[in-house]
Amino acid sequence: MSVTELNQPAAPTVDAEEARRARARRIEKTARWLLPLLVMALMIWIWDRIVVWNDIPHFILPSPARVWGSLTGDWEILWDSALLTGRITLMALAIAVVGGAGLAILFNQNRMVELSLYPYAVILQVTPVVAIAPLIFIYVESKTVGMLMCAWIVAFFPVLSSTTLGLNSVDHNLRDLFRIYGATRWQRLWMLQLPSALPYFLGGLKIAGGLSLIGAVVAELVAGTGGVGTGLAFRIQEAGYRLNIARMFAALAIVAAMGVFIFAALSLLSHMLLRKWHESAIKRET
Amino acid sequence: MALIAPFDMRPELMRVDTVDKVFPGNVQALRAMSLTVREGDFISLLGPSGCGKSTALRLIAGLSEPTSGRIEWSQPRAQGDLGVVFQEPTLMPWATVAQNVYLPFRLESKTYASVKDEILEALKLVGLEKFQSAYPRELSGGMKMRVSIARAMVTQPKLILMDEPFAALDEITRFKLNNDLLDMQARIGCTVIFVTHSVFESVFLSDRIVVMAARPGRVIEELHVDEPYPRGEVFRTSSEYVAHCRAASQALEQAMEAAA
Repeated sequence: MSVTELNQPAAPTVDAEEARRARARRIEKTARWLLPLLVMALMIWIWDRIVVWNDIPHFILPSPARVWGSLTGDWEILWDSALLTGRITLMALAIAVVGGAGLAILFNQNRMVELSLYPYAVILQVTPVVAIAPLIFIYVESKTVGMLMCAWIVAFFPVLSSTTLGLNSVDHNLRDLFRIYGATRWQRLWMLQLPSALPYFLGGLKIAGGLSLIGAVVAELVAGTGGVGTGLAFRIQEAGYRLNIARMFAALAIVAAMGVFIFAALSLLSHMLLRKWHESAIKRET
Repeated sequence: MALIAPFDMRPELMRVDTVDKVFPGNVQALRAMSLTVREGDFISLLGPSGCGKSTALRLIAGLSEPTSGRIEWSQPRAQGDLGVVFQEPTLMPWATVAQNVYLPFRLESKTYASVKDEILEALKLVGLEKFQSAYPRELSGGMKMRVSIARAMVTQPKLILMDEPFAALDEITRFKLNNDLLDMQARIGCTVIFVTHSVFESVFLSDRIVVMAARPGRVIEELHVDEPYPRGEVFRTSSEYVAHCRAASQALEQAMEAAA
């Protein structure tokens, strides 16, 4: 949509093709939320029937109603645990953003630092966090700090690599223009490279959001029962020991909901920041 | 502009003195190029691809250093003395039209309020004063190029370098922008070096055409278009225009043969 087109009066009639297209758009709009809901309802119904028809005991597979009962009945315990896991996740995401973007800027400003440290960032990323976590908890006294470190290790790399890519993806003509006008290195970073990197950074952020939740859950599982270990992952483990399968499902549902919430929130943030100018946030007419 | 003195009586702005540019791999991009630029000149660098016209522009802009020879300015160059327009509009997509035009001042650490009038003036010059708060994506190709020109002119530079700015536009838009460009140049009285591969564009715009050949890039001939400004559609259909186009075409043909 361009400004010039805005000034023209709207077409008085709609031809058959346009009407068909508009109808298809309306149907898709409804289907977008209705179909997944139908699928969920169907799956829950099948699940319920399997349990009822086969007479499966609840300590093997609880019925959906029993899971719902656990979700509402144990809500206070689960909610406290969710708050703890959520807090670790958000703190880890925050340091992943600061650490990842900060490292990306540092690497971008000093090539020697990049050459020295980048291989180790990759090594840290490719080593499974489950394998590193037990070591961390040997040397780090505080469980909270240990869990944050685990979550950070998983989450910082997508921010680092996508921000680095963004900082290097500046239009070369714009870079020349900045040189001609005698821009300082900081002006170039602040007015040119950081805005250019923003869409890439936000892409990395969306991945990091999910990963920091994974990191927090893994860290909780490894950290075990001592100290502050009363997060959702701990609840899942604990309920498993007690054969309280319904609560396992309930806790799992909350973890999944948290993941969805983080992704949705970050997508919204990304849309708000880019909607005015970036191609990815622009709706095309056709 | 009709009253401007003949070209060799105007004060000299800068000169390119027997400049060579060799790229790695012994690629001679430019050989012994000399060019004297006087205030108020409209010079076109005309030639086939690979003739070093863009390299020459980058050397003049100070974006790269000559291998040998010198580029000399009559007076020391200040930050806003040079404006550049590239083949693409090269706007910052995250900034509004006004913010894009503000850029040269912003890089000089001037506040927006202190240069508001200049920005509005430049946007009026290119006919986009109503689009100050639009984002580049909302504009057509020709309008984006106008913003780019406004940005180059906003500091009232002594010299504007243009690297095939209208090559990607359709002919109707290009003719319109050619007319407007002459009009703008007359009003702010700047000097222009204009790279193009269009004979018609170079004849219509310039008072001097530097014809260049490729492999190695070098100057073949310098043509003078001694026709008075302002030039408009009347000039575009005159027999003088046709004669100059023929002369420029012949020189370009020689340049192609020299390269072959």
